[in-house]
Amino acid sequence: MPDYFHGYTVVGLVAVVGVLFVCAAFAAGRLLRPVVPTPEKMLTYECGVDPVGEGWAHTQVRYYVYAFLYVVFAVDSVFLFPWSTVFAAPGYGATTLAEMFVFLGFLAVGLLYAYKKGVLEWT
Amino acid sequence: MDAVDVAVRLLAVLLSFLVLPLLVGQTEHKVMAHMQGRVGPMHAGGFHGWAQLVADGVKFAQKEDIVPEGADRRVFQLAPALALIPYLLVLVAIPVAPGGGVVQVLDAGIFFVLAVMGVGILGSLMGGWASANKFSLLGGLRTAAQLLAYELPMLLAAASVTMAAGTLSLPGILGVWEWWWLPWQAVGAVVFFTAGLAELQRPPFDAPVADSEIIFGAYTEYTGLRFALFLLAEYAGIVVLSALTAVLFLGGWHGPFADGLGWLWMLLKTGVLAFGVIWLRVSYPRLREDQIQRLAWTALVPLALFQIALTGVVKVVM
Repeated sequence: MPDYFHGYTVVGLVAVVGVLFVCAAFAAGRLLRPVVPTPEKMLTYECGVDPVGEGWAHTQVRYYVYAFLYVVFAVDSVFLFPWSTVFAAPGYGATTLAEMFVFLGFLAVGLLYAYKKGVLEWT
Repeated sequence: MDAVDVAVRLLAVLLSFLVLPLLVGQTEHKVMAHMQGRVGPMHAGGFHGWAQLVADGVKFAQKEDIVPEGADRRVFQLAPALALIPYLLVLVAIPVAPGGGVVQVLDAGIFFVLAVMGVGILGSLMGGWASANKFSLLGGLRTAAQLLAYELPMLLAAASVTMAAGTLSLPGILGVWEWWWLPWQAVGAVVFFTAGLAELQRPPFDAPVADSEIIFGAYTEYTGLRFALFLLAEYAGIVVLSALTAVLFLGGWHGPFADGLGWLWMLLKTGVLAFGVIWLRVSYPRLREDQIQRLAWTALVPLALFQIALTGVVKVVM
């Protein structure tokens, strides 16, 4: 498949342009800005008051169940894209449409189950 | 394509990447001001403060670059670059005019665009983690939660358009677009645009940077040029989201005299959507973190699934 990757040469070049732009901006910034560090200045700003304790405070990640849901659903949904290019092709019609409703049914039941289990509530 | 042609295209991408976000930013200054009964910046440049953002840029470039002592230095410094570059890449695939009015036709265009846009969020995550600041960490975690919730409806809404068009290429989608897709894909359009707003962390979905709760979220410790790059990324994000919504749901360059004026229609639709983004910022209060999650999972995802069913039925039956 030599054709498939052909277009990505330009994408690669634009990525190079992007990296160069950022590098140029950082280099120019280095030349233009003053450097006068003092201990107070290098302190973490936080909310304007001197920080207490460590920077990486313990926090409860409340949405990890959403993360599971997301992984399950997103992996499923990605398959929609290749399918969407052929599902209405001649000779497919009714069969693929029924398949689609089976697929959507699975997703909907999954979502409904999560809802019933109270996963979608912020605890 | 010869070298000159490629060079011209690269230059066009870079220029539109640097100019359009500034235009949106300046429009935001003025539109917000007038909506709130103020006049906004009036002095810089003379005429209605048109040079305000240029002046801001000069100021940013001259400010001292401070990396907090406790921060994870390399990650902290690289984060703005990672937030910015994906939006430049996305511009490659967006068609602005009929017949080759696109920098590069990508067969898997929509797939590429959605994948690359997701990478940009990593910049906020890196900034939030590397800052060694409790509020930034919270902001980063909220960003992550928001990405998880809204990436899915966005994907599903986009999939609905590819089903209607039967192709993943963005110029290909516009090639088969008809006016009656507007009502047909209307639900998907609302879902896509809303989810995009949430991914950009624009109000009313700006809990990750909520200034009255967590200072400025992941960007609290940033200053000078790096902060400016984060801002540029936000406005570039608005341009990209508006342009994508215009291409997928509003027919992009379609309109009267599209052969000659296609680029103008595209620009107009993008502009109107960008204005909508600003309008929403002025008129809606910030959603709470749990409300943001609930909206995504109990409203947008079911709506997107409904849109897919509708698209499938209409496409096969017609």
